Amino acid sequence: MELIIKELKDIVGSQYVSAEPEELFFYSRDQGTMPPVEPDAVVMPKTTKEVSKIMLLANKSKTPVIPMGGGLVLSGLSRALKGGIILDLKRMNQIISVNPHSRYAILEGGASQGMLQSYLKKNFPQLKHSMPDAPPIATLAGNICIHGSGHLSVLGGFHSDMLNGMEVVLPTGEIIRTGSCSVSKDWISKAPLPDLSGLFLGWSGTTGIVTKLAIKLFPNYRFNDLLIFVCEDADIMPDVISRLTSTQIAEDMTPWMTPKPYWAKGFLHINISYGAHTKKELIFKRNLLQSSVRFYIDKKEAGFLPLPPPQKKRFLKIPSPDLVRFADIRKGGGFEYVGAIMAIEHFAKAYHAGLEIAEKYDVSYSLGARIIGAGHAMMFFFAYAFNRADKEDIKRAQKALESTNKAALDIGGIPWKAEEPAQKQIISKMDPETFDFIKRIRMMLDPNDIMNPGNWEK
Amino acid sequence: MEHKEILHRCFRCGYCKLPGNYVDINCPAYLSFRFETYSPGGRMWLLKAWLDDEIQVSDRFARIMFSCATCGNCVEHCAFPEFRDKILLAFNAGKEAILDTGKVPPGVRDYLTRMQNYGNPYGKSQQKRANWAENLNIDAYSDQEYLFYAGDVGSYDPRGQEIAKSVAELLQKLGVSIGILKQDETSDGNDVNSMGETELFDELAQKNIKIFKEKGVKKIITLSPHSFNAFKNDYISLNENTESFFQVFHYSQILAFCKDNLKNIQGSIQQTVTVHDPCYLGRHNNDYFSIRMVLSAIPGIKIAEMDRNQKNALCCGGGGGNFFTNILSESEERSARVRVLEAVQTGSSILVTSCPLCTIMLEDAAKSENLENTIVVKELSELIMN
Amino acid sequence: MNKINFDPNLCAKCETTDCLMKCQYIDFANVEMAKKERIKINSGKDSHVLHDCLTCYACQEYCPNNNNPFYYLVERQEEMGILPAPRPILTEQLRMMDFKGRIKKQQMNLPVINMCTFPMLVGCIRGNLFKNISTFVGTDIFCNIMWLHFAKNSVIQERVPKAIDNIMKNFLADQDKKEMICFHDECYGTYTSVAKAYNINIPFKPIHLFDYINTRLDELSDSIKPINQIIAYQRPCSNRLIPETDKILDQIFEKIGAQRVQRIYDRENALCCGGVIRAHQRDEIADDLLNRNIDDMVNIEAKYCVFNCPFCMATMGQEVAEKGIMPILVSDLVQVALGE
Repeated sequence: MELIIKELKDIVGSQYVSAEPEELFFYSRDQGTMPPVEPDAVVMPKTTKEVSKIMLLANKSKTPVIPMGGGLVLSGLSRALKGGIILDLKRMNQIISVNPHSRYAILEGGASQGMLQSYLKKNFPQLKHSMPDAPPIATLAGNICIHGSGHLSVLGGFHSDMLNGMEVVLPTGEIIRTGSCSVSKDWISKAPLPDLSGLFLGWSGTTGIVTKLAIKLFPNYRFNDLLIFVCEDADIMPDVISRLTSTQIAEDMTPWMTPKPYWAKGFLHINISYGAHTKKELIFKRNLLQSSVRFYIDKKEAGFLPLPPPQKKRFLKIPSPDLVRFADIRKGGGFEYVGAIMAIEHFAKAYHAGLEIAEKYDVSYSLGARIIGAGHAMMFFFAYAFNRADKEDIKRAQKALESTNKAALDIGGIPWKAEEPAQKQIISKMDPETFDFIKRIRMMLDPNDIMNPGNWEK
Repeated sequence: MEHKEILHRCFRCGYCKLPGNYVDINCPAYLSFRFETYSPGGRMWLLKAWLDDEIQVSDRFARIMFSCATCGNCVEHCAFPEFRDKILLAFNAGKEAILDTGKVPPGVRDYLTRMQNYGNPYGKSQQKRANWAENLNIDAYSDQEYLFYAGDVGSYDPRGQEIAKSVAELLQKLGVSIGILKQDETSDGNDVNSMGETELFDELAQKNIKIFKEKGVKKIITLSPHSFNAFKNDYISLNENTESFFQVFHYSQILAFCKDNLKNIQGSIQQTVTVHDPCYLGRHNNDYFSIRMVLSAIPGIKIAEMDRNQKNALCCGGGGGNFFTNILSESEERSARVRVLEAVQTGSSILVTSCPLCTIMLEDAAKSENLENTIVVKELSELIMN
Repeated sequence: MNKINFDPNLCAKCETTDCLMKCQYIDFANVEMAKKERIKINSGKDSHVLHDCLTCYACQEYCPNNNNPFYYLVERQEEMGILPAPRPILTEQLRMMDFKGRIKKQQMNLPVINMCTFPMLVGCIRGNLFKNISTFVGTDIFCNIMWLHFAKNSVIQERVPKAIDNIMKNFLADQDKKEMICFHDECYGTYTSVAKAYNINIPFKPIHLFDYINTRLDELSDSIKPINQIIAYQRPCSNRLIPETDKILDQIFEKIGAQRVQRIYDRENALCCGGVIRAHQRDEIADDLLNRNIDDMVNIEAKYCVFNCPFCMATMGQEVAEKGIMPILVSDLVQVALGE
């Protein structure tokens, strides 16, 4: 490893390589419950060429490489399960260009959500991108590669659906492009070429390293508003979601069910965000959304919370720091969640399963979902907070998460960014030929099995 | 270790790395070195690991801790309101504990040694403390309205001395009655305190408090925001009778009080300027307005704000003792360089600040970026006096 | 439950049925039609009025016989299970505003001001206008009158005695004079109008904020610099229960140079801010009220929109400001005139 570290220093500069105990400690773990695994080194490249050289070196020496963006995945996907080098990509954080006509931005693989938001606000205020509620330092590439979702997901689907193309360094060091940018100077779409992007989305960093990407941008409305729908019966939620999404107005819809604040316990809320170019249009859209669920309102079974404008500001903030603050409800700085991609009709089952598990393991919980597309699917999340300084608390959260993964799979959902034990659960349910196919692709791309090994293995 | 109860509550979410508008990396240490360990979240987790015996004190750990510029960006932007006010206090306590182990970065060691032996970080004689005021008509403090406190940089750094002279002369031109302590002035200890050397800080503070009392000081004007911060926030807990404590002002605040008279000193300045907010005035003490009030009172001046201004300001990297220890200067991506480049982007011809340390840091950065013909770094009083 | 002071015979004899004929939101072709609905309500039968009522409280003011027509209407709604707002919204609100048990006994100095559930407004109690005033705030002393908007008189009756008890035990027990200023109109309405209607014993003297300010302005007359601006006043629903206080407000405005120029939607014709109507899921009506109200303010070239009720201000403040009219509370406007 010493020789490898020396060569890494030659590639990126000595100040950007570390095998010191401090870095090995920090990069061995994330905020979730997965146990730490120390890497051998941490390296921070600045250019695609440097990444390529690192991969060539890693292949030659058969050293595992683990790509890392913001390090906020929470499920331990950027741990070096079989040792090796953590590739912290956040020095590659440039916003390369924005095309306002075809509405896309080209960025480096370590560019952060927050910086793109800020850049667009200043230079292209008529445009915005879909941001997850992860902290603003989270990287766009990282989130897209795990099929993340965010504030425009009702409009545009998963963030991976909003991808136009990528520059990827393969495990063997070659640099390839996916999408139109492989032929043209325009990074406008994956179509009409063979969709190679799919080889790198949802693979937990086991097939290559994204060094550049182009993402779709969307019109940024001058006027934005929020409705919060509330009801008591989880069984009506699929129909409510269906009705609301049938208006094709919302940009984002997030059901939430939390025991705190205490007045919210037992109620199901849906935050519906939408925007318009004029106030008149905004009111029109609001009316359409409200009419779509008038059936339930007239029965007094459900309705929209009367939120004065000053109270809406907090809910309209993107990203919302409330998500992160959940980590401190047990004054312990720990939080992890199972986010299961599932069909909307499973809402009630998922909700009740979450309540049952939270009670069984006595964990602080928050349940919710993000609607994807025009009611095409949802990412139903079961979030558990824990006190990092209390080992028993961590254990309870771990057990709750294990049970939740199982429950989600039993319902028909699939946990996204699954942690290593959950990956095995998924594999056990997967069609065996499909899993074999996955293995063949990985072997083809990564013959020396150096890309984030230990993940997606039986 | 004090404040250890908050360490495990850090979620390492990274809000502390950025300003409130997410423009770019805003933690000077993380910007310089880019390993997660150099971020505030990194320090929190490492301190906890050390207390849990998961890591040992090492040169690197010490360097990580002392690279903190104490700029307060993390305190301002941390997502957790319940404990964010204690973040820098926890880092200070951590530094104090590290000092006790003897594992001290050389720059820190040398700084503290000079402070201990000479009472100033320059290793110069106390007798030369008031040399900056030679040829100026400033009397020793007796019963003037204000004590003018020059501080270490103003007393000993050649550039700092120029600034001290400029500020003192400007105050006098505005009719502000000031006197100085001359050789009786002791270091304020702000940077000593921010390095966790609390015993030495206490000593320095008690010396100052004693001399202020003996001389009957009621009001102080400080040259440096660092001194301002120490007197205003940290001395108070050391003084027995807080009711009779002195009032402390930063000179930019006095200029703001006198703003209507500024145009008599400096006519019109037809320039676009941009403002760098010193951390110890801004984030630490919530004064973003004095410098802007002063500038707005000068005919012809237009202010073009940087994207990161006021509570989002990017620190020059001189705080936490880094002005003397140079830990952050080891990196090419140091914040002072990034800051002057940001200033250039506003289209301003002048970058104004009201702190001698910030002025020197930013001037050096402008030189190393070869920007001297593009943007001039000016200390506030020098802008008015020139 | 205490019985309401209501005499159906007064309604039967009433020649004008002003409670319904003057209603700004429900139209009746003639007095006979209105009377018909009134009789239905009084005899416990269903009436469209019970469903269409916006709960603006105005009929309490309109009734020439002081017969508590609105309180009675709300009782009928509750009896018949007619919910103005959806059940989940009502239940959440009931929980939100319930006693939290966080109240602690505090040393108070007279005068004492009750800030109801507006901790964010405690900062308004400052300067010479409110010199030496003690404040208390929280859901444990919430006046509970808002349940009139939700057909829950029973909750008012259940919770008000406890709120009174909390106030007495924790803040007024040690005072020589058992009196408190009500910062919020609704509190004063509870401890006067509602208390009278239901024979609830009030062991302290409630003082309306306007009374306090009016007296104080006389004491601080030397400090007043009249603002000499046209203002629009947003009269809240709660003020319908205590219409006598409107005259005191006029005195205040006169003293500070605030010109309450005549406009369509003021005094008896005041429009609801629409906040509660949105809770009733009738946003389009609320939009219409807001637009008419603000257009009216623009027409008189008002510089300020003066609010008595913090909820009205939260509901309307942004819209008002967008039209270039500054939203401001009564007490803050007075402090502008006092240079505070």
